[in-house]
Amino acid sequence: MKRLASLLLCLCIPLAWAGGDALPKIDIGKGGQCVEDTQWMRKNHMHVLKHQRDEVVHKGIREEKHSLKNCIECHASTKDHSVTARADSFCVACHSYEAVKIDCFECHSDKRKNAWLQRNAK
Amino acid sequence: MQAHPPMYFKNRLYYLLLAVGGLVVMAGLYAVHLMEEHGHVISGMNNQIVWGVPHVFAIFMIVAASGVLNVASIGSVFGKALYKARAPLASLLSIAMLAGGLTVLMLDLGRPDRVIVAATNTNLTSVFAWNVVLYSGMFALVVIYLWTMMERRMNPYTKPAGFAVFAWRFILTTGTGLIFAFLTARQAYGSALLPPMFIVLSFAWGLAVFHLVQTVLYVWNDKVLDTAILSRKKNLLGVFILASLYMVAMYHMTNLYFAQQKAFERFILVDGGIYPNLFWWGYVVLGNLIPLALIYWPGLGKTRSVFAASLMVVLGAFSLLYVFIIGGQAFPLNIFPGYATTSSFGDGQIAAYSPSIYEFLLGFAGLAIAFITTTVSVRVLNFMPQDKHYITD
Amino acid sequence: MSESDLVRDLGRRNFFKTSLGVAALSIAPGFLLFDIAHGKAQPVSNKVRWGMLIDTAQCKEGCNDCVTACNKENGLPSVASATSVQWIRKIELKEASTGRQVSLPMMCQHCEHPPCVDVCPTGASFKREDGIVLVDRHRCIGCRYCMMACPYKARSFVHEPVTDQNPDVPRGKGCVESCTLCVHRIDVGLQPACAESCTNKAILFGDLNDPNSEISKKIRAVTSVQVRADLGLNTGVRYQGL
Repeated sequence: MKRLASLLLCLCIPLAWAGGDALPKIDIGKGGQCVEDTQWMRKNHMHVLKHQRDEVVHKGIREEKHSLKNCIECHASTKDHSVTARADSFCVACHSYEAVKIDCFECHSDKRKNAWLQRNAK
Repeated sequence: MQAHPPMYFKNRLYYLLLAVGGLVVMAGLYAVHLMEEHGHVISGMNNQIVWGVPHVFAIFMIVAASGVLNVASIGSVFGKALYKARAPLASLLSIAMLAGGLTVLMLDLGRPDRVIVAATNTNLTSVFAWNVVLYSGMFALVVIYLWTMMERRMNPYTKPAGFAVFAWRFILTTGTGLIFAFLTARQAYGSALLPPMFIVLSFAWGLAVFHLVQTVLYVWNDKVLDTAILSRKKNLLGVFILASLYMVAMYHMTNLYFAQQKAFERFILVDGGIYPNLFWWGYVVLGNLIPLALIYWPGLGKTRSVFAASLMVVLGAFSLLYVFIIGGQAFPLNIFPGYATTSSFGDGQIAAYSPSIYEFLLGFAGLAIAFITTTVSVRVLNFMPQDKHYITD
Repeated sequence: MSESDLVRDLGRRNFFKTSLGVAALSIAPGFLLFDIAHGKAQPVSNKVRWGMLIDTAQCKEGCNDCVTACNKENGLPSVASATSVQWIRKIELKEASTGRQVSLPMMCQHCEHPPCVDVCPTGASFKREDGIVLVDRHRCIGCRYCMMACPYKARSFVHEPVTDQNPDVPRGKGCVESCTLCVHRIDVGLQPACAESCTNKAILFGDLNDPNSEISKKIRAVTSVQVRADLGLNTGVRYQGL
C-alpha cells in the first residue's frame, strides 16, 4: 500500500514540473552568491537560522554571515526592501508554495536596515 | 396529552445542559481567539495588573481540584467507608477541575501557541515549572487511582494509590501557594504563610464543590442522602470554613503588625474601594459567616441550607481570590520606601483594573469544561456514591 | 559555538539522516576559510559586568531625553499608556517628611541575582555572562510571572501587535520584554541609547568588573546606592544622590 502511494506520488512530480505555472516565482532581491551552497541553503536555512539565533541571543556571538539580517540584506526585494511584503517576496513565495508558516516576522523586521533607517531618520 | 416515559424529560434536559456547556466553551474559545488576534490590549489587564480574572478562575479550580480529593483521602488513607464510597466522584471532580483550570491558565498566555516550549525548556528554579510537573503528575495519579477503584482486579492497589494522591496533592497545593510566596518584593505576597493557607482553603473549597455536585447528583437520581451522612459532611465543611478563616485572619494579622505593610493592609481592608468590600462582604460574610450559620444554626443544616452554604463558600472563594490576586497587584510596589513617587508607569498610584467580557468568557469556559467532563462521566460511568446500611464506622 | 560545531550540529540532525554527509565535507573547508578571513566571534564572558551609575543630581525634573532616545532606538511606542511598553521611565520622588525632591530614570537594574530569571518557567528570562538580563523571545510564552517577580516593575508585556521594528531590535506581541541595556549597541562597541542621549551626563555606562573603568573609579569615589538593596539582588545599575 505504502509502495503504491509513493509510486503515485512519484508520478505526480513530473506533472508538477510540467505545470510550470505552479512553481513559485520568487523575487530574489539582489541575489548573487549565497553564503552557502544554494541547494544546501534551501534545505537547511531554518537550522542555520535557529542555531544562529541561540548563539546571538544567549552568547552575544553576532556573526554576520549566517544572520537573518544578512539574508534580508541580499534577498529583500529591490522594489520594497522587504522579504515578505508581496506574494512573490523571497520568503513568502516559497513558504506559501510549501505551505509552511513562517514565525520569524511576527517579531523580526522584514526590511533592510538601510530602508528602515531612512524611514525613521527624523 | 402524550405520556412520556419517566426518563424522557431527563434525557432532554441532559442534552440541553451539555449543549449549554458546549456553547460556553465555544464562547470562551472565541474570546481567546480575539485576545490572540488583537493582543491582550482588549482584556482588562495591563502592565500593572498582569494577572486578571482568568487567573482567579484558574487558581480557584486548581486549588479546589486538590481540595476535593480530601474526600477521597479520608476514605482510602483513613479508611472511612462513608468517604470511600465517595472517592470515585471526588477523583472525577478533581480531574475535571484540573482540566478546566489548566486550560484557562494556558489559553491566557501571551503565546499559547508556544506551550510546547514550556514542556521542552524547563527552568528548574521556577516554581511555575515545578507546577507543570505537579499538575501533570496529579492528573496521571488521579487517573490511576480511579482505575484502581473502578476496576475490580485493581482494587488491592487502591490504598497505595490513595496514599500517593494524598501526598501529591499536598505538594501540589503547596506549589500553588509558593507561586505567590516566592514573590519577595510584593507587599501582598512573599509570605511563608501562603502555602499552608492555600492548603486549608483547598479543603473548604473542594468540599463545597463536592457538596454541590453530590446534591445535584442525588436529586437527579431521585435519591435522598442519608441525614447521618449529611450531618457529618456539613460538620466537616464547617470545620474547614473555620480553619480557612483562621488562616486568612493570621495572614492579615501578621501583615498588620509590620509597619511596612500597614499601608497595604489599610488598602485591602479599609479604603481600597472594591477590594475591602469584596473582602468583608464577599469573603467574610457571604463566604464564611452565612455558610457557618446555615450549617450550625439550630433547625438549619438540612439538604437545602448545606447546598446554599456550599454555593456561598464557592462565591466567597472567588471574592477572596479577586482581592488576593488583583488587589495585591493594584497596590503600588514600594520601590523607594519613604518617598512619594509619580511616573508614567503607575508608580505610587493604585492601578486600575476593569475586567473585560473576554476574560470572563475564558474563565467560564474553564468552568464549563469541568462541568461537561463531570456531566458526561457521571452519565456513562457509575460515580454515584454507594452507601451501605452500616455506615456507622 | 564555532563554525565547525555548527556543521557538526546540523550534520547530526540532517546530513547523515539524509545521506548528504558528502556535502558537509565539501562545505567544511569553506567555513574554515571564513574563520581565517573574519576572525572568530567570541561569546561574551563574565570578565565584564556591564552597569550604570546614575547621578540624580544631574538628572533634571521634567527632562525625558533618555526615555525618548530609548523609545526611538528600540522602536517602542512614544505615547505612554497603561498597556504601552516602557523600558525606561522617569520617576519623580518626593520624600514624605522633608519634601526633598529627586528625579531619576528607572529601568531594568540588571541584577546579579535576578528574580525574573529565577521564576521564568521556560528559561526565556536569562542573564548573559556579561551581566545583562534579557528575554529570549523565542522561548517566552507570555505568562507574566517575571513581571510579578520584578521588584522594580521594569518589565512590560506587549499587549498589541508590533509592526516596523528596528531590524536590530526584534519584538512582538504576546511576550514580556524590558531594557536590554541596548545589547545590540554594546555588542558593536556603542553605549546604550539613554546614556548617549543624556545631555547632563547623568548616566555613566561602563564595566563594573574593570577597576580602571570610569564607572568603577567614580563608584569608588562617590556614595552610590542600589535600589532596594535590602533584597540582596546586587543590581548593575547604581544611583548617586539618593
